[in-house]
Amino acid sequence: MKRLQFMLTRVLQGLVAILLIATVNFMLVRAAPGDPVSVLAGEAGASDAQFVAQLRTQFGLDQPITTQLATYLGKVVTLDLGFSYRQQQPVLKLIVDRLPATLLLTGSAFVLSLLFGVTLGALSARRAGTWVDSSITVVALIFYATPLYWLALMAVLVFTVQLAWLPGFGFSTVGSGLTGLALAWDIAQHLLLPALTLALFYMAVYARMTRAAMLDVAQMDFVKTARAKGVKPGRILRAHVLRNALLPVVTLAGIQAGGMIGGAVLTETVFAWPGIGRLMFDALLQRDYSLLLGSFLVTAAMAVLFNLITDLVYTLVDPRIELT
Amino acid sequence: MTKSPFWRRFTRNKGALAGIVVLAIVVVVALLGPWIATNDPWGMVQQPFLRPWTEPGFALGTDTLGRDILSGMIYGARISLLIGAVSTVVALLIGITLGAVAGYFGGLIDSALMRFTEIFQAVPSFALAIVLVAIFQPSVGSIVTAIAIVSWPPVARLVRSEFLTLRQRDFVQAALLAGQSTPRIILTQILPNAMSPIIVMASLMVATAILLESSLSFLGLGDPNQMSWGYMVGSARTVLRQAWWMALFPGLAIVLTVLALNLVGEGLSDGLNTRLDGRTK
Repeated sequence: MKRLQFMLTRVLQGLVAILLIATVNFMLVRAAPGDPVSVLAGEAGASDAQFVAQLRTQFGLDQPITTQLATYLGKVVTLDLGFSYRQQQPVLKLIVDRLPATLLLTGSAFVLSLLFGVTLGALSARRAGTWVDSSITVVALIFYATPLYWLALMAVLVFTVQLAWLPGFGFSTVGSGLTGLALAWDIAQHLLLPALTLALFYMAVYARMTRAAMLDVAQMDFVKTARAKGVKPGRILRAHVLRNALLPVVTLAGIQAGGMIGGAVLTETVFAWPGIGRLMFDALLQRDYSLLLGSFLVTAAMAVLFNLITDLVYTLVDPRIELT
Repeated sequence: MTKSPFWRRFTRNKGALAGIVVLAIVVVVALLGPWIATNDPWGMVQQPFLRPWTEPGFALGTDTLGRDILSGMIYGARISLLIGAVSTVVALLIGITLGAVAGYFGGLIDSALMRFTEIFQAVPSFALAIVLVAIFQPSVGSIVTAIAIVSWPPVARLVRSEFLTLRQRDFVQAALLAGQSTPRIILTQILPNAMSPIIVMASLMVATAILLESSLSFLGLGDPNQMSWGYMVGSARTVLRQAWWMALFPGLAIVLTVLALNLVGEGLSDGLNTRLDGRTK
């Protein structure tokens, strides 16, 4: 019962957060350069006074600002994110079309970064003070300092241009007419470089965090007790230390998952990956503000959703968490 | 001369020492920029697509328009450091103010401010920075503002937790009894005692801010009047296959600078941590 109440509160908080972000979004639309109507009129390809006045009424821009805000929020709630005049399509449809590619990319990068990050961090903690530890630390520090987009470009340079091992452009081979397993294999090959470059930065974060958390937990009394009881070192490491050290890493990963979608703007731009990030980049180039703000709202909503899922998973994994 | 304990702990960290040397070089290059750069970063001074180490005076080659890459990188150091430092200062001002108020007064003010902070933290920071700079048009001012807006929440949380514990200490009670005003207690009693972790966080924030700035200018959201590392890599993106050097060198500059700042941050953390004394770590 208490858990249900907790979940409801969290969901409600998430909804409030999304509405607040939408409000900020509304204010940003108003702050966008140029009167929205003349922008709209320009985008529609006409600008005489009568048409502008008609647009003003049509979009409710002659209403008081609070009414406009209410109308906007009402639209957001019903998932109406406006219309992109550049692409001649509703913003929501453009985003939904691109969503699977972004989810595939960020999802793979998320799994890869967590897998490699925790493995390297655990290895580093187990061999603390040795050359293994130092080299993992150095590698993590370097990836932590490397701009995503530059790493992506260098990966293309080495693996696509020089070695010609992997494709460095797009989602699948254009016009190959592949189906079924062959298509999946083709997409996987295209996915590898973008997912890896996106994952490496976060891998560095998780590796450092896992190492620090494991060394912390290893000092705790229950670990000493386990050692005194004669539990084998390998088992202490896996069942006692790693398990407890993973909790903060998982929390951080949940927060970062939302941020990854932001980072995907850079990776998708370099690899011409047809996701929301690339959509945002195109919107930037074309000064398509309704599309840009729509994509931002969806990205933020997804981040809130990921945080929520992490919170719920966390309470299930760790029974010590207070449900408040 | 006896070394101060801070410096002794700092120099024990070899990485931090290397970091501070690299950082000092970057700062000197940035300060002396106009005097050591041989060319105007925007000037088309040689044939385009000149390979590095082929023409004297153009050690790192030229870009697609025949601009000198080395000169561009020297000017890029100025803008990177400037934006990194200023946006960190602005973020610190916002974060320290909100965190101090929340931690000192507690109660309703605290929970309201922390809710506000949490919402900010939930928004993907890079996406928010893109939107802000795009809407308010790219300029040094808008970039600094955007980076500050996405970077202050961790500061606020850190300062709040420091204030929550320090608030209970005896010297604060003594100051209260002595009749000191609230702003005075916050600024002269508690804040100086909370400075160590804030300084460490600030050095890491400068590194993140430089990465953010370079990512924005890579996407074409840099100040159009300033040559920057991210812009150079961004404009080399489409000619990567023909001209690797245009993207490689400015990127290396970013990696080295950010790495140096992170190492210095770790060194500061060691140096300010008095508990490390007498321990070999």
